[in-house]
Amino acid sequence: MTNAENRGLHYEESLLWEKEQGDTSGVDLPPLENMPSRTGVEQRKTIGLPQLSEPEIVRHFVRMSTWNYSIDHGFFPLGSCTMKHNPRLNEKVARLSGFAHAHPMQPVSTAQGALELMHELQHWLAELTGLPGVCLSPAAGAHGELAGMMTIARAHEQQGNAHKKIILTPDSSHGTNPATAVMCGYEVRSISTKGTGRLTVEAFKEALYKTDDKGADIAGMMVTNPNTCGLFETNILEISDLLHEAGGYFYCDGANFNAVVGKVRPADFGADVMHINLHKTFSTPHGGGGPGSGPICCTEELAQYMPVPTVIKAEDGSYALEGVDDRPTTLGVLKAFQGQFGMHVRALSYMMSHGADGLQQVSEDAVLNANYVLKQLSDDYHVPFDGPCMHECLLTDKKQKEYGVSTLDIAKALVEYGYHPMTIYFPLVLQGTMLIEPTETESKETLDSFIETMKNIAADARDGRADKFHDFPVSSPRKRLDEVKAARKPVLRWKEVA
Amino acid sequence: MRYLPQTDKSRAEMLKTVGVDSVDALYTDIPKSAFVDGLADLPDHQGELEVERALSVMAAKNIAASDVPFFLGAGTYFHHIPASVDHIIQRSEFLTAYTPYQPEIAQGTLQALFEFQTFIAQLTGQDIANASLYDGSTAATEAALMAMRITKRKKVVIGTPLHPHYRDVLASYMGNIDDSVLADGDPDDETACVIVQSPDFFGCPHKYDAWRKKCDATGALLVVVVNEIISLGMLPAPTQADIVCGEAQSIGVAMSYGGPHLGFFACRDKYLRQMPGRLCGMTEDVDGKRGFVLTLSTREQHIRREKATSNICTNQGLCALAFTVHMSLLGEGGFKKLARLNHEAACRLADALGSIDGVSVISKHFFNEFIIELPKPASIVVEDLATCNIIGGYALEGNQLLVTATEMTTEAHIQEFIETLSEIL
Repeated sequence: MTNAENRGLHYEESLLWEKEQGDTSGVDLPPLENMPSRTGVEQRKTIGLPQLSEPEIVRHFVRMSTWNYSIDHGFFPLGSCTMKHNPRLNEKVARLSGFAHAHPMQPVSTAQGALELMHELQHWLAELTGLPGVCLSPAAGAHGELAGMMTIARAHEQQGNAHKKIILTPDSSHGTNPATAVMCGYEVRSISTKGTGRLTVEAFKEALYKTDDKGADIAGMMVTNPNTCGLFETNILEISDLLHEAGGYFYCDGANFNAVVGKVRPADFGADVMHINLHKTFSTPHGGGGPGSGPICCTEELAQYMPVPTVIKAEDGSYALEGVDDRPTTLGVLKAFQGQFGMHVRALSYMMSHGADGLQQVSEDAVLNANYVLKQLSDDYHVPFDGPCMHECLLTDKKQKEYGVSTLDIAKALVEYGYHPMTIYFPLVLQGTMLIEPTETESKETLDSFIETMKNIAADARDGRADKFHDFPVSSPRKRLDEVKAARKPVLRWKEVA
Repeated sequence: MRYLPQTDKSRAEMLKTVGVDSVDALYTDIPKSAFVDGLADLPDHQGELEVERALSVMAAKNIAASDVPFFLGAGTYFHHIPASVDHIIQRSEFLTAYTPYQPEIAQGTLQALFEFQTFIAQLTGQDIANASLYDGSTAATEAALMAMRITKRKKVVIGTPLHPHYRDVLASYMGNIDDSVLADGDPDDETACVIVQSPDFFGCPHKYDAWRKKCDATGALLVVVVNEIISLGMLPAPTQADIVCGEAQSIGVAMSYGGPHLGFFACRDKYLRQMPGRLCGMTEDVDGKRGFVLTLSTREQHIRREKATSNICTNQGLCALAFTVHMSLLGEGGFKKLARLNHEAACRLADALGSIDGVSVISKHFFNEFIIELPKPASIVVEDLATCNIIGGYALEGNQLLVTATEMTTEAHIQEFIETLSEIL
């Protein structure tokens, strides 16, 4: 690549290894004393790392950064992902030296502030979910799911329920749900929600009693509520009662907690254990794919089985970490140390900033924004399930398909028009789904612009201008990329051409 | 509330458009009994000043490694992070982007991941690496699970002292698999893999040829775990291994009381399709321009659901970026020199500690951490040192203490440590 390809503020940028290599490091380190090695093994030979100066490195990454779309650029209505504003205060406090430079195994007497913070976060999560047992250690949503499901498995094991081998989950669930249940040694039984978008009591009963008329072989169910169609499960109380009667536990996937935070406590609709995505509801930055953080909250009954550590407060006001020796019924540890602590700091900062009043406003604005988009687009796009929706709304490309325009085309057109697309082709219960989650941190003006763009796309499809879509995007740093080629002959690292 | 742009006026207009009187009318699908009565029993919102003040008070109650003589490692290490690393990772375009599912507008994240994968493959001497995992403990666990999938065996053998947390995590995950066995020692004909941590938990570097032979004789895979990745600037690459994984927090990522850290995972080409986690691959766009995409997702949960290789759906993206920026800054010369600086700091610390009456250095070979024997229980010494504002190390069984030095360790720190330790003992 040469500079001849650069235009205006659009820059090409080669890989680090392809640049003219220098002979100085971008970090000036103190001199060595050349002491003899005491490693007991031979010296490392050439590694093949690049060698460039600091200005070259900074420019390299700054140029690359300009090829990314982010929430700070604009509207990011990625359904089920909750792309909301990331306050910079949270970044600042996570970098306070007492947090950033604390070691996870330093004496607890020297880490009382960190433990206090975790204890406070546990309290907020317990209060907001109604589930008093909290373990902060899971590293991400899927890890939280695993922690939650292993908690259920541990409970059944300790209670002598080895015959409970089946986990129920709707066909609209996140792919992590069945993958997690299998990791815990369970068999997955899918519940159909086709045509309704919601769990019906009939479909649930059919799955619950399929192989045992009392549901005695059912270990539990994994249900996202509000669900992945953006709807609250209206029958959830009856369903969770039936499950509990059969001796199963209700695992609530907390991915969509943003719709109800501060307004509805999942314990009050029957949840026994759930994970919370701090990187969704509580706004820790997604960082281009992590780090996340997925604490779990559970009932008092299940709390004895959940992973350690948990922070406990002694009568004298000091904090300590509860370990395996303190709670022998625990399933054990699922991650080294105390979890993604830096994310705990950011999440608590976010919660304290909003308070009980602000969090309730968060869910109300999130739900209002989604319903507004749904209403405004309901003439132009197919709405498979009647509203009102919760914090996200589901559309399909059924009307556009008649004119040869698909969900993928609509998504790529949005890219061309300066938006990040919604979640596409998920949930899998319908063809050509588009799941739009505006979040509460968008103004009416932003929503109106997006709605106008979506209406224009629908009009273009209707008016026979389908052809213009198929090349989109054309203004982005790259046009459509060949994913088949990437998978057929994987090139996963740079290598010197022989 | 400063983070919420809607106004009473805009809310009213939108409610009118939607066709309802109040926002509560949008919640009619929810059973009444599930609603919070009024507000949650939590404090009201606070301004930026108040929140920052409250959290600063909490932070100040901790001893920070940056403020005191600090000799604790044991899987998490205190290293210098160049200022430009934090500057780059706080750019909005990286910090507030999502997983790169729309590659046309995520090439910055994707190229950085491709460079990350290249760095990890080079450092570990392996063919390929993934785009990172949660941390070292889960990476080691994923390696064992992958070895079990490949060999269709259910026994995992720990060959050299493994970080106790890693072992605990592995044991928890293996508890989900019927008839699985976790053992120590040498592999046998039923072993899926042998896990060799190097430097091991006690700081001792290991050679791999003998382990390779044992694995070849039994059909087990050789998994090498590294949790001080800077050691790979001095120690030979574990090219004999089938999988090399561990913790890369030492480069670019703060200790942050245990996370977020940076799990890495590298292996041989032939095991590509059994690998857990995200992979970034090179391709081209319709104009033939080079570009990058997430690839081989047919292994992953959102496609495979219950048949996935793992339930993982995120990586540690921003930590991987921090690592990539820091590694780029160091380069070949800087990375190797940093490794030697760590080793020399540890050598000086060992000599100084060994000169104290009653203290002896137990470790013969080490990279940047080693064991010393004290005349009294190490756990008591660690607490006593902490009251003197020194973080002295990780207390092992009995009188043994695991101590660490890095490029952050100054002569003044070592002097203060020696003087205080001499007084305490």
